[in-house]
Amino acid sequence: MDKYVVGLYDDEEVLLSAVKKVKQAGFHIHEVVTPFPVHGLDDALGHRQSRLHTVGFVGGATGFTIAISFMIWAATSSYPTNYGGKPYLSLPSYIPITFELTVLFAAISMVVAFFIRCGLSISAKPKIYDERTTDYLFGMAIKVTEDTTPEDYSRINDTFTKTGVAEIKVRDFDEEK
Amino acid sequence: MGSYESPIREPLILGDKDYKQITTDIVRSTQGFPPLSWVIAISIAGSLAAFYFFCVAWTVYYGIGVWNLNKTVGWAYDITNFVWWVGIGHAGTLISAVLLLFRQKWRTGINRAAEAMTIFAVICAAQFPGIHMGRPWMAFFIFPYPNSRGPLWPNFQSPLMWDVFAISTYFTVSLLFWYSGLLPDFGTIRDRSKGKIRKAIYNALSFGWRGEAKHWQRFESLSLVLAGLSTPLVLSVHTIVSFDFATSVIPGWHTTIFPPYFVAGAIFSGFAMVLTLMLITRKVLKLEDYITIAHIEAMNKIILLTGSIVGIAYITELWTAWYSGFIYEWFAFYNRALGPMAWAYYIMMTCNVISPQFFWIKKLRRNLYLTFFLSITVNIGMWFERFVIIVTSLYRDYIPSSWADYYPSWVEVGIYVGTIGLFFTLFLLFARAFPVIAIAEVKSILKSSGAAARVKQKAKDDAMAKGGYAEGGDLAGAHHDVKID
Repeated sequence: MDKYVVGLYDDEEVLLSAVKKVKQAGFHIHEVVTPFPVHGLDDALGHRQSRLHTVGFVGGATGFTIAISFMIWAATSSYPTNYGGKPYLSLPSYIPITFELTVLFAAISMVVAFFIRCGLSISAKPKIYDERTTDYLFGMAIKVTEDTTPEDYSRINDTFTKTGVAEIKVRDFDEEK
Repeated sequence: MGSYESPIREPLILGDKDYKQITTDIVRSTQGFPPLSWVIAISIAGSLAAFYFFCVAWTVYYGIGVWNLNKTVGWAYDITNFVWWVGIGHAGTLISAVLLLFRQKWRTGINRAAEAMTIFAVICAAQFPGIHMGRPWMAFFIFPYPNSRGPLWPNFQSPLMWDVFAISTYFTVSLLFWYSGLLPDFGTIRDRSKGKIRKAIYNALSFGWRGEAKHWQRFESLSLVLAGLSTPLVLSVHTIVSFDFATSVIPGWHTTIFPPYFVAGAIFSGFAMVLTLMLITRKVLKLEDYITIAHIEAMNKIILLTGSIVGIAYITELWTAWYSGFIYEWFAFYNRALGPMAWAYYIMMTCNVISPQFFWIKKLRRNLYLTFFLSITVNIGMWFERFVIIVTSLYRDYIPSSWADYYPSWVEVGIYVGTIGLFFTLFLLFARAFPVIAIAEVKSILKSSGAAARVKQKAKDDAMAKGGYAEGGDLAGAHHDVKID
């Protein structure tokens, strides 16, 4: 069952305090969707820090290693060529390409990791709780199941109302299929 | 709450805006039928772009001989245009990366269009190394791939080889940076779309973005690291372009100040092009509330700074040439300033060194007409700078018997003018289908830098400081005193 009660807020500060209060009230927040990054939200939701920069570092280190070792190999072992009497192994002249490939690998690996971890793809069919959450509303979704009693529903509604919600709606993605 | 902003800082979003209004204002230009002005503009730009392809076909069919190069001046229009376009392509990443690291809020209004401009300028620049080979289908020779010639690898010690890596890396990273920033805004457009096809297209473009909190966290981490990577990258690209000249032994080129001087010049011309485009865009798309006079003034300050750096570089070059006591070096500069092509030198000096000095005066920095005029002047000057460096260093070389003249043929002029058409075609398509301002980013600075929102936020914060418990939007008031456990 893919069903949610969604509280829609119209201000990020209200949302931020609401997230804390809804959690205090003992509900598990399935997801929060916002039209722009809200600072402090990841802490409030207990998300740990993103590890994307580690991916970037590993990618960059890979690019660095590939570039420098390939150029050293090509110039000293594969096909040593005398360019104007310069030494075969001239590390300073490898700096520009090594730098560029370090940046290139770091950037590409981070972006690829970002797309994979967020599940973003051209053919993605995103679950959109409300079309206004990429515009001016901030949505907080609480997942409900068959076991959710009418009392639970009203408790969710109450909690949302008490935290300054602008609108509450129920979305059942199974029904819409 | 909301980050503190000094009241003497000018607001960056004018008028009484809320989040919804920001979306409506910025997305408006992507909806409905294109206005007549757009149709006319793209017809002109598209025709020029078509002429570009014609001239390239002409060059490839008849060979490089249709260009007016000669034995003495073997590098002229093509490389001038290449360096000019690459230079223009520096402002976008500088605005989005360096200003992000410096936490400059005014970048949010202009970064999207500036980055787009960067990408289109680099596309135009990349044409020239390809076509100047005469046999563009052999371009793959510059890449290190296993081949049957040994394998003989390209010369990794050559600045031209560095250029290949620098430009392709710069293009790729700028594109990734720009596109990842576009995802949330495509999501916004998708959710506002009514038509099914339009929705599907923008959903594909947004890669299914829907603004989940964890995604935003990763998104911010990604843009910060990409900005950190792009900052040295943007400085490296024009440094490497300047190595094309500086590592040679041609008097006038063999100069150690080239890297910083080229980078300053690149930022100078890039900002000028951003201003040219932004002044038109804000007027035509009615975005004056988002790209304000404050934005334009900030950019003019950068033009003043970088223009002055370029001016100092010109004078330093002259002085060094004289002080070196080396006759060929001194002749190259004497000939630049007083030889038969001195007119190009004085166009460069007037446009690049004298014209930005008007911006010392605040009133002139904030004058839109003057800014527009000077932004075009600067780019004319910067084109002549490259022309002066390249052609006037070559046309009178060591032996007077080999001295030659250079003037472009119609094919060369056609290719150059054609790339301007190509550039504007791409920019016009962008302005029509993409959000020209980073919607999500503008929303995130609304409370600290919006003219009306800032006042409201201040009142709220004051109330909170007094010990009151004022929180929430308009609908929250009724519930704010209910405690929940």
